[in-house]
Amino acid sequence: MKHTISVIVENKPGVLSRVAGLFARRGFNIESLAVGVTDDPSVSRMTIVAEGDERDLEQITKQLHKLIDTLKVFDIPRELSAERELALIKVAVNEKNRGEITQIVEIFRARIIDVAEDSMTVEITGEESKVEGIIKLLRRFGIKEMVRGGKIALQRGGAE
Amino acid sequence: MEITGAEALLESLKKEGVEIIFGYPGGQVLPLYDALYSEKDIKHILVRHEQGAAHAADGYARATGKVGVCLATSGPGATNLVTGIANAYMDSIPMVAITGQVPTMLLGRDSFQEADVVGITMPITKHNFLIKKIEDLPRIVKEAFYIAKSGRPGPVSIDIPKDIFTGKLKFSYPEKVEIPSYKPNLKGHPKQISLAAKAIAQSKKPVLYVGGGVISAEASAELKQLAEKCGIPVTVTMMGLGAFPDSNKLALGMLGMHGTASANYAVTDCDLLIAVGARFDDRVTGHIPRFAPHAQIIHIDIDPAEIGKNVRVDIPIVGNVRSVLKELLEKLGPKENHKDWIEQIEEWKRKYPLSYKKDGLKPQFVIEEFCALTRDRETIIVTEVGQNQMWTAQFYKFEKPRTWISSGGLGTMGFGLPAANGAQFGRPDAIVADFAGDGSIQMNIQELTTAVNNRLPIKIFVLDNSYLGMVRQWQELIYQHHYSHTDLANNPDLVKIAEAYGCAAKRVEKPEEVRAALEWSLTIKDRPCLIDFVIAREENVFPFVPPGQAINEMILD
Ligand SMILES: Cc1ncc(C[n+]2csc(CCOP(=O)(O)OP(=O)(O)O)c2C)c(N)n1
Ligand SMILES: [Mg+2]
Repeated sequence: MKHTISVIVENKPGVLSRVAGLFARRGFNIESLAVGVTDDPSVSRMTIVAEGDERDLEQITKQLHKLIDTLKVFDIPRELSAERELALIKVAVNEKNRGEITQIVEIFRARIIDVAEDSMTVEITGEESKVEGIIKLLRRFGIKEMVRGGKIALQRGGAE
Repeated sequence: MEITGAEALLESLKKEGVEIIFGYPGGQVLPLYDALYSEKDIKHILVRHEQGAAHAADGYARATGKVGVCLATSGPGATNLVTGIANAYMDSIPMVAITGQVPTMLLGRDSFQEADVVGITMPITKHNFLIKKIEDLPRIVKEAFYIAKSGRPGPVSIDIPKDIFTGKLKFSYPEKVEIPSYKPNLKGHPKQISLAAKAIAQSKKPVLYVGGGVISAEASAELKQLAEKCGIPVTVTMMGLGAFPDSNKLALGMLGMHGTASANYAVTDCDLLIAVGARFDDRVTGHIPRFAPHAQIIHIDIDPAEIGKNVRVDIPIVGNVRSVLKELLEKLGPKENHKDWIEQIEEWKRKYPLSYKKDGLKPQFVIEEFCALTRDRETIIVTEVGQNQMWTAQFYKFEKPRTWISSGGLGTMGFGLPAANGAQFGRPDAIVADFAGDGSIQMNIQELTTAVNNRLPIKIFVLDNSYLGMVRQWQELIYQHHYSHTDLANNPDLVKIAEAYGCAAKRVEKPEEVRAALEWSLTIKDRPCLIDFVIAREENVFPFVPPGQAINEMILD
């Protein structure tokens, strides 16, 4: 099962490699990782998506906790998670399909952020399924380049 | 007044109460060695290989309970420390490893003798630091010592670029440590402790399973009270030897791969297993699904990550072992003795004592003789790794914590001699003896010089089978006698080697010479002595739980 783990750490050099190294050492594959500073500039927040069963999750959570620079670790259950992914997709375009692509972009509430003679760059934000959806539709036009950011997530409502 | 970074480091070490450091100089630590030149309060011991420095600091820490400190230069000096740091990490030994580093300006450019020490030691330290600003030095040293000795102890490394040693600062040492992200949980949860007390009260066949955590938490007295108050038999891991007196009626000895039959049967049969400062290592559990299959398990440990890591636990209690045992004792009423259970255990002990055939010169006999000889004297037993280690664990009888020093988690050949040096520095009045193998002793043999130069009266008893004996045993029992590259019949003459280093040395080949030779070793007080005991070559360690088997499926002899 996939888990979305939030790790709140001291914003210090080397923290990312401590966290990433721990995953590698304990045999966990990181599927996606996003790091950024929080409201407090001395604290960073990582959102990590990783695959594993409940026991694996418990063990990795505890090991993350053991890192001296870690302030807090928690798993965000799927049903409580407000999550977003971001992708930029550069699609090949020609005179004939430009309209069709624009339509897809509108349906998905994505945005076109760059237009050239033979390509358009589409920005999409949303849940993973939405991002996957537009990629699937755009693929047949030819994707020249694509970049996806790591998932970021917060727990819904008041609770953390 | 401003002082240099090197001076500030020494001042900081003094503030931490450091009396001795084990080290080896080199280019990037030259400024520090210059400060050491006129240093009076800290003793620096020059080893002959940095691995020896790390193991000596480790042995010192195990013998005294203080933080051991080792020091090396950048690059190869630092990488030579690595095995010693990993060894301390696996056994949760408090240590601070200081390394020189290339000047900050040259970092990351593959400079001469540059190695990424923070990167290399990340998985084998509790935490590590690279000092990039001289103002941070006192705080980092303070934090390093605090982290090394608090919570679950462990090694911490501090990497210091040369320009930090030569730079200047106005020195002041912080009074307190403030690490918001590191707050070890010391007190056990009262509800969990009550649950444990209830389980103990209801149990008919309880066993205490005790690890090195009891020794690092100085909880032997509380453990003994608990065992005696409730009549609970006690088995110890190899790391736990000394935590509970072997002479106590309730002592079962060591469990696991080379544990006693009575300990392994008791654990397999018990209805309640109380794990205290132990981590269910695979050498202890054997085949996990059949480990303590009928037992409810209570696990008391300072490290939450140990709970449920290897086995399912019914009642976890996270906290300092000593504080938890104290509170547990308060909640326990005096308990009627588990008469049937104790009788069963006595029967196992009578029926399956540790034993060996007394033909020829046997390693077990040497150990038993030394045990008898040192019975009433402060003695610290150190070992190398292999059969020598297991025979010593089995046949020496330990009565007190910190009298057994051996590489557990990492199983590092070459640990014993330098660790014995460190232990003797920490406990100058104690007898310190290293039971060694002929293979292991050659891995850090250069540390004989360190011992000779410092007139350390350590005893080295080589149980010489001219084999990598433990590996040979596995080859005999599991690999059809294929003694692939384990025959050391072409060993050098260890007696001559020891003499060349300046030790007293002799060889013993007959059982009837053993007692006198051991007595002779105790008369040598001004230098190390080595006795090469030429033992029965193919003697094995029994009991032996073959890998993958349940621990009650031992080969007994
Ligand atoms: C540094 C290191 N290398 C290899 C091993 C694997 N190993 C474990 S026991 C052993 C044999 C040790 O031989 P010796 O010191 O003569 O002890 P004996 O078993 O004969 O008592 C070896 C090679 C190890 N534990 N450590
Ligand atoms: Mg040998």
